[in-house]
Amino acid sequence: MQPFQPFVITAAPLDPAPLVAYAQTPDDGAVVTFAGVARNQFGGRSTAFLSYEAYAEMAVPVLARIAEEARARWPIGRVAIHHRIGTLEIGETAVLVVVAAPHRQEAFQAAAYIMDRIKEIAPIWKKEHWADGEAEWRHE
Amino acid sequence: MITIHVRLFAAHRDIVGRAEMTVQQETGATVGAVWERLVAEYPSLGRYTGRLLYAVNQQFAEPGAVLQDGDEVAIIPPVSGGARRIEPGQVCNRFNPL
Repeated sequence: MQPFQPFVITAAPLDPAPLVAYAQTPDDGAVVTFAGVARNQFGGRSTAFLSYEAYAEMAVPVLARIAEEARARWPIGRVAIHHRIGTLEIGETAVLVVVAAPHRQEAFQAAAYIMDRIKEIAPIWKKEHWADGEAEWRHE
Repeated sequence: MITIHVRLFAAHRDIVGRAEMTVQQETGATVGAVWERLVAEYPSLGRYTGRLLYAVNQQFAEPGAVLQDGDEVAIIPPVSGGARRIEPGQVCNRFNPL
Protein backbone atom coordinates (compact mmCIF):
# COMPACT_ATOMS: atom_id res chain seq x y z
CA MET A 1 0.00 0.00 0.00
CA GLN A 2 1.35 3.40 -0.98
CA PRO A 3 1.90 6.02 1.73
CA PHE A 4 -0.76 8.70 1.90
CA GLN A 5 -0.03 11.75 -0.22
CA PRO A 6 -1.50 14.96 1.19
CA PHE A 7 -1.43 16.88 -2.12
CA VAL A 8 -2.82 15.04 -5.11
CA ILE A 9 -4.23 15.64 -8.59
CA THR A 10 -6.10 12.53 -9.71
CA ALA A 11 -8.56 11.24 -12.26
CA ALA A 12 -9.94 8.80 -9.69
CA PRO A 13 -13.06 9.54 -7.59
CA LEU A 14 -12.29 11.37 -4.34
CA ASP A 15 -12.96 9.94 -0.89
CA PRO A 16 -12.61 12.21 2.16
CA ALA A 17 -11.95 9.37 4.64
CA PRO A 18 -8.19 8.96 4.03
CA LEU A 19 -7.67 12.73 4.13
CA VAL A 20 -9.47 13.00 7.47
CA ALA A 21 -7.56 10.01 8.83
CA TYR A 22 -4.30 11.69 7.85
CA ALA A 23 -5.18 15.15 9.18
CA GLN A 24 -6.72 14.12 12.49
CA THR A 25 -4.18 13.85 15.32
CA PRO A 26 -4.44 14.18 19.11
CA ASP A 27 -2.85 17.67 18.88
CA ASP A 28 -5.86 19.15 17.14
CA GLY A 29 -9.38 19.62 18.39
CA ALA A 30 -10.91 20.55 15.05
CA VAL A 31 -10.89 18.93 11.62
CA VAL A 32 -12.74 20.75 8.84
CA THR A 33 -13.56 18.99 5.58
CA PHE A 34 -14.60 21.02 2.55
CA ALA A 35 -15.89 19.25 -0.54
CA GLY A 36 -16.44 21.07 -3.81
CA VAL A 37 -19.14 19.22 -5.74
CA ALA A 38 -20.16 19.28 -9.41
CA ARG A 39 -23.45 21.14 -9.42
CA ASN A 40 -26.40 20.53 -11.72
CA GLN A 41 -26.66 24.15 -12.84
CA PHE A 42 -24.78 27.43 -13.01
CA GLY A 43 -26.61 30.73 -13.11
CA GLY A 44 -29.84 28.90 -13.84
CA ARG A 45 -28.45 27.05 -16.89
CA SER A 46 -28.49 23.27 -16.60
CA THR A 47 -25.16 21.48 -16.56
CA ALA A 48 -24.73 17.99 -18.01
CA PHE A 49 -21.24 17.30 -16.63
CA LEU A 50 -17.92 19.00 -15.89
CA SER A 51 -14.39 18.36 -17.00
CA TYR A 52 -11.25 19.50 -15.23
CA GLU A 53 -7.75 19.85 -16.61
CA ALA A 54 -4.56 20.55 -14.65
CA TYR A 55 -0.95 21.37 -15.27
CA ALA A 56 -0.25 18.51 -12.92
CA GLU A 57 3.53 18.87 -12.60
CA MET A 58 2.97 22.34 -11.24
CA ALA A 59 -0.42 21.99 -9.57
CA VAL A 60 0.77 19.55 -6.92
CA PRO A 61 3.56 21.86 -5.66
CA VAL A 62 1.14 24.80 -5.79
CA LEU A 63 -1.32 22.94 -3.55
CA ALA A 64 1.52 22.35 -1.06
CA ARG A 65 2.50 26.00 -1.27
CA ILE A 66 -1.09 27.13 -0.59
CA ALA A 67 -1.14 24.94 2.53
CA GLU A 68 2.08 26.63 3.68
CA GLU A 69 0.54 30.05 3.07
CA ALA A 70 -2.34 29.06 5.35
CA ARG A 71 0.09 27.75 7.94
CA ALA A 72 1.86 31.12 7.95
CA ARG A 73 -1.46 32.81 8.80
CA TRP A 74 -3.07 30.46 11.33
CA PRO A 75 -1.77 27.92 13.82
CA ILE A 76 -2.99 24.85 12.01
CA GLY A 77 -2.01 21.20 11.98
CA ARG A 78 -2.08 18.87 9.04
CA VAL A 79 -3.56 19.84 5.67
CA ALA A 80 -4.59 17.58 2.80
CA ILE A 81 -5.84 18.73 -0.59
CA HIS A 82 -6.97 16.39 -3.35
CA HIS A 83 -8.27 17.70 -6.68
CA ARG A 84 -10.00 15.66 -9.33
CA ILE A 85 -9.36 16.01 -13.06
CA GLY A 86 -11.07 14.50 -16.08
CA THR A 87 -14.81 14.10 -16.53
CA LEU A 88 -17.05 14.56 -13.48
CA GLU A 89 -20.69 13.61 -13.39
CA ILE A 90 -23.10 15.85 -11.53
CA GLY A 91 -22.85 15.22 -7.80
CA GLU A 92 -19.25 13.99 -7.87
CA THR A 93 -16.58 15.64 -5.74
CA ALA A 94 -14.16 17.89 -7.59
CA VAL A 95 -11.97 18.97 -4.67
CA LEU A 96 -11.40 18.04 -1.05
CA VAL A 97 -9.69 20.30 1.47
CA VAL A 98 -9.14 18.96 4.98
CA VAL A 99 -7.57 21.15 7.65
CA ALA A 100 -6.84 20.28 11.26
CA ALA A 101 -6.20 22.89 13.95
CA PRO A 102 -6.26 23.14 17.73
CA HIS A 103 -9.49 25.15 17.52
CA ARG A 104 -12.30 25.34 15.00
CA GLN A 105 -11.99 29.03 14.07
CA GLU A 106 -8.52 28.54 12.63
CA ALA A 107 -9.56 25.36 10.84
CA PHE A 108 -12.58 27.03 9.21
CA GLN A 109 -10.64 30.14 8.25
CA ALA A 110 -7.71 28.23 6.84
CA ALA A 111 -9.98 25.93 4.81
CA ALA A 112 -11.78 28.94 3.31
CA TYR A 113 -8.47 30.64 2.55
CA ILE A 114 -7.10 27.50 0.90
CA MET A 115 -10.15 27.21 -1.37
CA ASP A 116 -9.90 30.89 -2.36
CA ARG A 117 -6.25 30.47 -3.21
CA ILE A 118 -6.87 27.28 -5.20
CA LYS A 119 -9.28 29.26 -7.35
CA GLU A 120 -6.74 32.06 -7.71
CA ILE A 121 -3.46 30.36 -8.50
CA ALA A 122 -3.71 26.57 -8.80
CA PRO A 123 -3.26 25.69 -12.49
CA ILE A 124 -6.51 23.72 -12.70
CA TRP A 125 -9.32 24.61 -15.10
CA LYS A 126 -12.98 23.71 -15.21
CA LYS A 127 -15.03 23.24 -18.36
CA GLU A 128 -18.77 23.45 -18.02
CA HIS A 129 -20.63 21.14 -20.40
CA TRP A 130 -24.16 22.47 -20.61
CA ALA A 131 -27.22 20.29 -20.96
CA ASP A 132 -27.95 21.98 -24.32
CA GLY A 133 -24.69 20.59 -25.74
CA GLU A 134 -22.52 23.72 -25.55
CA ALA A 135 -19.38 23.84 -23.45
CA GLU A 136 -17.15 26.59 -22.10
CA TRP A 137 -14.09 27.00 -19.92
CA ARG A 138 -14.92 28.84 -16.70
CA HIS A 139 -12.34 31.57 -17.00
CA GLU A 140 -14.44 34.57 -16.06
CA MET B 1 18.47 32.41 -30.45
CA ILE B 2 17.06 30.23 -27.70
CA THR B 3 14.52 27.41 -27.84
CA ILE B 4 11.49 27.68 -25.54
CA HIS B 5 8.94 24.98 -24.87
CA VAL B 6 5.47 26.47 -24.44
CA ARG B 7 2.62 24.76 -22.58
CA LEU B 8 -0.97 25.84 -23.25
CA PHE B 9 -4.08 24.95 -21.29
CA ALA B 10 -7.87 25.09 -21.35
CA ALA B 11 -9.25 27.79 -23.68
CA HIS B 12 -5.77 28.69 -24.88
CA ARG B 13 -5.20 25.14 -26.02
CA ASP B 14 -8.53 25.24 -27.83
CA ILE B 15 -7.63 28.54 -29.56
CA VAL B 16 -4.16 27.44 -30.63
CA GLY B 17 -5.16 23.84 -31.34
CA ARG B 18 -2.16 22.44 -29.49
CA ALA B 19 -1.15 21.80 -25.89
CA GLU B 20 2.56 22.26 -26.52
CA MET B 21 4.73 24.10 -28.98
CA THR B 22 8.38 24.98 -29.39
CA VAL B 23 9.39 28.50 -30.37
CA GLN B 24 12.67 30.23 -31.14
CA GLN B 25 13.19 33.53 -29.33
CA GLU B 26 15.96 36.10 -29.30
CA THR B 27 18.57 35.57 -26.61
CA GLY B 28 17.45 37.55 -23.56
CA ALA B 29 13.76 37.23 -24.44
CA THR B 30 11.25 37.53 -21.60
CA VAL B 31 8.18 35.53 -20.68
CA GLY B 32 6.10 38.50 -21.80
CA ALA B 33 7.72 38.39 -25.23
CA VAL B 34 6.59 34.79 -25.67
CA TRP B 35 3.02 35.82 -24.82
CA GLU B 36 3.16 38.78 -27.25
CA ARG B 37 4.33 36.45 -29.97
CA LEU B 38 1.45 34.06 -29.29
CA VAL B 39 -1.06 36.91 -29.38
CA ALA B 40 0.39 38.15 -32.67
CA GLU B 41 -0.07 34.68 -34.15
CA TYR B 42 -3.43 33.97 -32.47
CA PRO B 43 -5.16 37.33 -31.95
CA SER B 44 -8.09 35.81 -30.07
CA LEU B 45 -5.67 35.14 -27.20
CA GLY B 46 -5.35 38.89 -26.75
CA ARG B 47 -8.36 39.23 -24.48
CA TYR B 48 -6.46 37.29 -21.82
CA THR B 49 -3.61 39.80 -21.67
CA GLY B 50 -3.34 41.08 -18.10
CA ARG B 51 -5.42 38.22 -16.72
CA LEU B 52 -2.78 35.53 -16.90
CA LEU B 53 -0.22 33.88 -14.73
CA TYR B 54 3.04 32.67 -16.15
CA ALA B 55 5.36 29.89 -15.04
CA VAL B 56 8.89 29.05 -16.06
CA ASN B 57 9.95 25.47 -15.34
CA GLN B 58 6.87 25.01 -13.09
CA GLN B 59 7.60 28.10 -10.97
CA PHE B 60 5.45 31.23 -11.13
CA ALA B 61 7.28 33.96 -13.01
CA GLU B 62 6.82 37.63 -13.78
CA PRO B 63 6.29 38.80 -17.37
CA GLY B 64 9.73 40.40 -17.24
CA ALA B 65 11.53 37.19 -16.34
CA VAL B 66 14.38 36.52 -18.77
CA LEU B 67 14.37 33.08 -20.37
CA GLN B 68 17.19 30.60 -20.82
CA ASP B 69 17.61 28.13 -23.65
CA GLY B 70 15.41 25.07 -23.07
CA ASP B 71 13.06 26.69 -20.56
CA GLU B 72 9.46 25.52 -20.33
CA VAL B 73 7.03 28.44 -20.29
CA ALA B 74 3.48 27.71 -19.16
CA ILE B 75 0.75 30.18 -19.99
CA ILE B 76 -1.80 29.91 -17.20
CA PRO B 77 -5.23 31.29 -18.07
CA PRO B 78 -7.49 32.44 -15.23
CA VAL B 79 -8.27 29.37 -13.17
CA SER B 80 -11.51 27.54 -12.45
CA GLY B 81 -14.28 29.91 -11.62
CA GLY B 82 -12.19 32.26 -9.52
CA ALA B 83 -14.23 35.36 -8.87
CA ARG B 84 -11.32 37.79 -8.54
CA ARG B 85 -10.02 39.53 -11.63
CA ILE B 86 -6.31 39.97 -12.15
CA GLU B 87 -5.48 43.58 -12.89
CA PRO B 88 -2.56 44.43 -15.17
CA GLY B 89 0.52 45.02 -13.05
CA GLN B 90 -0.90 43.15 -10.07
CA VAL B 91 -0.07 39.71 -11.33
CA CYS B 92 2.93 39.15 -9.14
CA ASN B 93 1.27 40.36 -5.94
CA ARG B 94 -1.04 37.42 -6.18
CA PHE B 95 1.85 35.01 -5.78
CA ASN B 96 3.35 36.69 -2.79
CA PRO B 97 0.71 37.36 -0.18
CA LEU B 98 3.00 36.49 2.72
